[in-house]
Amino acid sequence: MLNPELKLNTKMFDEKVEQVPIRQGFGEGLLAAGEKNLQVVGLCADLTESTKMNLFSEKFPNRFIQVGVAEQNLAAVASGLAAMGKIPFISSYAMFSPGRNWEQIRTTICYNDRPVKIAGSHAGISVGPDGGTHQAIEDIAITRVIPRLVVLSPCDSIEAKKATMLSTDTGTPVYIRLAREKTPVMTTESTPFEIGKAQIFWQSTKPQTGIVATGALLHRTLLAAKELEEQGIEVEVMNLSTIKPLAEQALIEFAKKTGRIITVEEHQIRGGMGSAVAECLAKNFPVPMEFIGVDDLFGQSGTPDELIEHYGMDTKSIIKAVNKILKR
Amino acid sequence: MEITDEKLIELKEKANNIRISLIEALILAGSGHTAGPLDMADIFTVLYFHTLKHNPKEPEWSERDRLVLSNGHICPVLYSTMAHAGYFPIEELKTLRKFGSRLQGHPHRDFLPMLETSSGPLGTGLSQAVGMALADKIDHGLTGKRRIYALLSDGEQECGQTWEAAMLAGKEKLHNLTAVIDRNNIQIDGYTENVMPLESLSDKWRAWNWHVIEIDGHNMEEIADAFSAAEAIFGKPTVIIAHTIAGRGVPEFERDYRWHGSPPGKGPTDKVPADKQGEVALNELRTLGGKIRSEHQ
Repeated sequence: MLNPELKLNTKMFDEKVEQVPIRQGFGEGLLAAGEKNLQVVGLCADLTESTKMNLFSEKFPNRFIQVGVAEQNLAAVASGLAAMGKIPFISSYAMFSPGRNWEQIRTTICYNDRPVKIAGSHAGISVGPDGGTHQAIEDIAITRVIPRLVVLSPCDSIEAKKATMLSTDTGTPVYIRLAREKTPVMTTESTPFEIGKAQIFWQSTKPQTGIVATGALLHRTLLAAKELEEQGIEVEVMNLSTIKPLAEQALIEFAKKTGRIITVEEHQIRGGMGSAVAECLAKNFPVPMEFIGVDDLFGQSGTPDELIEHYGMDTKSIIKAVNKILKR
Repeated sequence: MEITDEKLIELKEKANNIRISLIEALILAGSGHTAGPLDMADIFTVLYFHTLKHNPKEPEWSERDRLVLSNGHICPVLYSTMAHAGYFPIEELKTLRKFGSRLQGHPHRDFLPMLETSSGPLGTGLSQAVGMALADKIDHGLTGKRRIYALLSDGEQECGQTWEAAMLAGKEKLHNLTAVIDRNNIQIDGYTENVMPLESLSDKWRAWNWHVIEIDGHNMEEIADAFSAAEAIFGKPTVIIAHTIAGRGVPEFERDYRWHGSPPGKGPTDKVPADKQGEVALNELRTLGGKIRSEHQ
């Protein structure tokens, strides 16, 4: 059952569940952060509306800088602004930032210890018809290896808004992973959120396996948990929206309680959130694991649903992974 | 700011001492870059001892001008100048590139927080300086008192990001930004015009709406005047293309691209044998190229 303490959206399993793009939450969060803190500035590389930074740029034109299609410059200019006390948010598609400008993020922002916030929209395969060039499924891997960089992967628009607002005050660089498509809203304004904390969204008394999910796929994971419950299989589902710093103690407890772990992410299996969880558990409390994600392939055009199914990240695939791990 | 004859003499002496210190540091380090630091010593001297608004006793002073060294590999001249200006003891230069030293092989703020930026990977410094200039403009409009200086190499003109930053600075009319290009015509693999022709450099910068000044990068008066002139330019950033002689101050090293990335003792041996390179360099500097007798002779 859904964890009542978290005050989650009880209508999340309805067919007409409210759906909002995760990037919308970023736009609203940045606007709110900008209203609260005059040092917040926004920079974009020609994707202002697409990344929802337009909500900020329209309200605060004097604190918005349009750098054009120049993601490397985007990152390093933000570093310079941060050096003067600003709190810069930079936005583009994840493929280009932190994709194209990785070294600038590493050196001018993180190595330099500048608190720039990097919003990478259109992460994951569910970008859809634009095809593989625009589907960032390597961004978690390349960001979580950079010292100092906090890596956030909110599950819905409300969590994205909270993550954006809280990232303003971390004093560190932060990467916020955002998805393009409309995503079912699972949390509510009352759901607690803290950077670095994992939350059990779906509870059971005698879980046979634990599932750790991040981003929008959390919804499909919860659907799988519900379906499995109807079949008499008990699982617990954790929302891991902070990939770095990793909630190690919570993961160890989760593994101890459930005895098996499946990870679910819209990302390459190699190097992603599942790898981070495996690194933690292998060292502290090894349990059998299965990994749901893209298995060393590039994306392609299609509808989000078609692609999620094709690459084995749909509800059916999650249930299959549960059945598989229960036999181990 | 006008410069007096006495000041010019003082600056020339300083520059020579800065060159001596950086060569001493490179000899002890046994690795590092020689040509660029030597040829930028005059410009660093003018900046730290004449032009920059700064306080070595209070490096965090918020009203200071900002100096971003983009081509971090020439940091021996940055460190040497900062030491001579009083930021840290000159003695500390001996730790250059050693384990635990604040003077990392390429500048790193974690070790030396008084640096404006960590640098090394080429082509990113101008962007950071543009960010600083933008921040000042956001806060103070056209009346800000702080100036932002970006020091670039000519090899970095091959980096696409340099042009991304130049374009943005031109668009934003960053009058508070002065960039300096060390036009020494060399890079690791050879002479710039063979590796990747850059000319006409001045036309390229003018095309992005920058004010361009070309100077002799070893003439103290011209250097000081150029920085002063840049302050008076309204509505545009300024780039100073400083024509320099790679390895300036040690005639045996001058104009030879092979000295780009070698320290004395590990440079080309056709003019000076490896074991004599340090001694020859220091002797040339201490005698001002043989014009005066060295106290060591």
